[in-house]
Amino acid sequence: MKYFKKGLHDGIPIALGYVSVSFTFGLQAAGYGMYWWQAVLISLTNLTSAGQFAGLDIMVRGAGFWIEMACAQLTINLRYSLMSLSLSQKADKSLRGVHRWITGFGITDEIFAVAMGSNKDVSRHYMYGLILLPIIGWTLGTLLGAVAGQVLPEVIRNSLGIAIYGMFLAIIIPPSKKNHAVLKVVIIAALMSCVFKWLPLLSNVSSGFVIIICTVAAAAVGAVFFPVKEDSQ
Amino acid sequence: MKSLDFFVYLFIMAGVTYLIRVLPFVIFKGKITNTFVKSFLFYVPYAVLGAMTFPAILFSTGNYAASAAGLAVACVLAFREKSLLTVAIFACAAALIVNLIAMAIQ
Repeated sequence: MKYFKKGLHDGIPIALGYVSVSFTFGLQAAGYGMYWWQAVLISLTNLTSAGQFAGLDIMVRGAGFWIEMACAQLTINLRYSLMSLSLSQKADKSLRGVHRWITGFGITDEIFAVAMGSNKDVSRHYMYGLILLPIIGWTLGTLLGAVAGQVLPEVIRNSLGIAIYGMFLAIIIPPSKKNHAVLKVVIIAALMSCVFKWLPLLSNVSSGFVIIICTVAAAAVGAVFFPVKEDSQ
Repeated sequence: MKSLDFFVYLFIMAGVTYLIRVLPFVIFKGKITNTFVKSFLFYVPYAVLGAMTFPAILFSTGNYAASAAGLAVACVLAFREKSLLTVAIFACAAALIVNLIAMAIQ
């Protein structure tokens, strides 16, 4: 119970960030003429931002693009397999079997990062607590966006957009202070990501693919030049 | 779009995304001992977040000045090791203040 509560607590900021991001997803889905329950079902079953926005674009073109849908989701979300592989190394003995089939559904960028950031190995109670509120927040935000579109003034909606990045910075900056190898890996990934954004030809690469390339390259540089010693994590 | 088509798309999207997440999590039961793989996996979360935050944070509030203000506030608070929620809220507040000022002077 203690770990479940700890998980719930750690999930609050993620859930708040998700409400604002999924709100924009709900808005966009409604704008494309989808029903509110369709937007909500997509969010509840997918729990991912970039993949859902890309999926929406494919859906509105009408039926028949089944393979393209599968490939788009595979490419954009492939980073999750790196994360779940990584998380499998930090799962304790209680997080086995059916619990992995269930909690694995909740592996997102933010949930993964928070789970990896905790000092101890991750127990199943902690994971259930951690994923619960973000799932609710993601679904609820979508509902709000789809149904009540214009409740929030635009200036507030815009300003909430930075919430999720504030969380990211709160996750990466403290370890970067203590471990300069981590700092270098973060800087390499960030610089590469900027290059993909602003260099003419590279800016055509889809955002999901950019994240995969930057992550693999920066983490590989870290692994080659700053190998992690036994138990120094 | 017909309801049936919607559900086929939903099934494909959700199915592919779920399997990508769950299969590696279920398959790898033991601990990896290879130093390169271990180190690689150790750096993955930091690399992912670095790539996702920059430069996207600059475009997150609809106004570069507001984003820059939020970024600066978030960096200072994160450097002082404040909680995720605190950092996120104050970053939003900083962005909101700059956005309101921008509206007022327009």
